[in-house]
Amino acid sequence: MTQAASSEAAGRRSHVIETDRLSKRFGDLMAVRDVSLSVDKGEIFGVLGPNGAGKPTTIRMLCGILDPTGGGGRVVGCDIRTEAEKIKQRIGYMTQRFSLYEDLSVEENLRFYAGIYGVPSDRRNARLEEVLASTGLGSRRRQLAGTLSGGWKQRVALASATIHQPPLLFLDEPTAGVDPVSRREFWDQIHRISSQGTTVLLTTHYMDEAERCHRLAFIFSGVLLDTGTPDEIVERRHLRIAEIDVDRATEAADVLRAQGDVDEVSHFGSTLRVATRNGIDPEALSRTVLGEHGILVRRTRPGRTTVEDAFVSMVRAEELGKRGLS
Amino acid sequence: MSALTRSMAVARKELLQLRRDRLTLAMMVALPLLQLLLFGYAINTDVRHMPTVVFDQDRSAASRSLAQRLTATGFYDIKGDVRSYGEVEHALRSGQARVALIVPPRYGSSIAVGRSARVQLVVDGSDPQTVASATNTAASLVQADAAALVLKRLGRNAGELLGLETNIWYNPEIRTAVYVVPGLVGVILTMTMVMLTSMAIARERERGTLEQLIVSPIKSIELIIGKIVPFIAIGYVQMSLILAAGRVVFDVPIIGSLPLLYCLASVFIAANLAVGLVFSTVAQTQQQAMQMSFFFLLPNILLSGFMFPFEAMPKPAQFLSTGLPLTHFLRIVRAITLKGGDFNDVKGELVWLAGILVVLVTLSSLRFRKKLG
Repeated sequence: MTQAASSEAAGRRSHVIETDRLSKRFGDLMAVRDVSLSVDKGEIFGVLGPNGAGKPTTIRMLCGILDPTGGGGRVVGCDIRTEAEKIKQRIGYMTQRFSLYEDLSVEENLRFYAGIYGVPSDRRNARLEEVLASTGLGSRRRQLAGTLSGGWKQRVALASATIHQPPLLFLDEPTAGVDPVSRREFWDQIHRISSQGTTVLLTTHYMDEAERCHRLAFIFSGVLLDTGTPDEIVERRHLRIAEIDVDRATEAADVLRAQGDVDEVSHFGSTLRVATRNGIDPEALSRTVLGEHGILVRRTRPGRTTVEDAFVSMVRAEELGKRGLS
Repeated sequence: MSALTRSMAVARKELLQLRRDRLTLAMMVALPLLQLLLFGYAINTDVRHMPTVVFDQDRSAASRSLAQRLTATGFYDIKGDVRSYGEVEHALRSGQARVALIVPPRYGSSIAVGRSARVQLVVDGSDPQTVASATNTAASLVQADAAALVLKRLGRNAGELLGLETNIWYNPEIRTAVYVVPGLVGVILTMTMVMLTSMAIARERERGTLEQLIVSPIKSIELIIGKIVPFIAIGYVQMSLILAAGRVVFDVPIIGSLPLLYCLASVFIAANLAVGLVFSTVAQTQQQAMQMSFFFLLPNILLSGFMFPFEAMPKPAQFLSTGLPLTHFLRIVRAITLKGGDFNDVKGELVWLAGILVVLVTLSSLRFRKKLG
């Protein structure tokens, strides 16, 4: 008992989020099953998973707006079951819908959220100017939020979610439907916020964004598959990648996919990207197998294993495992 | 302190949004005035100038005098004479006339010699509202004639033996507007308060901003207070508009204490806002909220006593009616404006209103929780 209590105290000091076998059941559906993870102060922590994996459910439980059916956790030092209202004071939350009042101006939106989060009135104006300056929204402060483009709306949403300088920021698919340039600028902003000591937990579909996170968690069908830095996660899959330039790409892809050690073949223009498991050399394998089928391999080169490769590999393995079980 | 700040932030935001929504704003001012004119002029339950035909089979001085005196009451407009029962039927069926007076042959000579004579009044009963007006006046006229004849035969000239003197208080000219306009205050408040509240929250749900509020530290009660305070203000503006316009246009008196009325109105407004809140917990979209508000309005107009007297309703309808905030507010507003009633005269209704309010607030806060799922 004492050991558990002391480790909890230690957890409160170092971890901003800590969950223990967090679960949520909706009727017969187990939306989240036994998720245990911890997020350190100042980290950018990405939660990845396909649609329906239970990402929003997890975030909602962490925010204290959805009661878990099993397990528990502490967020910013508060119990998610019993201290939900305290948690709400200390977090910022932004959804992919941006949740702005479209008939209010940028400044009015920010003032509203400053009021809701109880930013003291003597600091409110200063804080408003600060946020407007750091997000570059100053010139658009009087514009109605509804008339802004997606990227600008995203900035206003982020500014609203951080107006009260929360130590923890939740971002639920914050870059959905935003153009690539705005996404980059957004990520710069996220890194700036994190460097000031704010912890950020976000969900995303974009794998290039996953690589911008300090640490990741992979969730599939409500189960936490893996967690670690992007490099750790990639390494653990033991994948090797080759990019090969072949003649009849579609036919070649079919041939390669039939190989047991080939994890994934994907098209990139006229080249194929081949991923192999168990440390097998994908370049040698492709040349041998395709040579047997009389397909000309013009050129091969080793490729970098990305988080996307690891993600696809993990999801495939899970799906295969499930099919095997049923 | 911070609770107040949060409620204020919501109220400020609602006012800003309302200011941008010119159409809703215009409707909230125009609607009461339009309704006032519509209801004030159109609803008139005292039917005058009913088209009447006369089938005079006697053609004597006495029969002509009877028809003339009927016309003089202002309730009957003689549209012409008819010559047969067939023509009477035709006139009523075609809508040329709503009433037919049929004087039997030898009417004049019969009453002259003291024999009994029966005058017939045929009334188009397809609209029940007109029947009472059509028969009562003629009946009292003929009864007065009959009484005079009896007295004459008894040889007495001095006065009647037994009389009923009717005194109508509070609305002596029986003008419908006097009755309708104060009631309209209640109807308009019911309509706009329920609709505004239910739609304001359904809109947040529809646009995803409700989720944002649920994750914020604002409490349900702070959110609700922030949302309804601006609407209470609007409610009072509407109420003042109707009372003022009713005074100017229809000369509707306000005899009792206005401050008392405004105080008690707050309970009624709050009850309607609570109804709106209950609706908003059910409705997922603004459209649904709007439909539910209209659905709620209908029983309020029909059952509250606004248009039809409570006493005339069958028991189950009275039971339903008692559950409507409007029923009690109508009694309060009429008692104060028309009869000069004081607090003691209306406290019974106030207890009812407060009871309904407590039930509604409990229901809405049970349904409106800040947790999801």
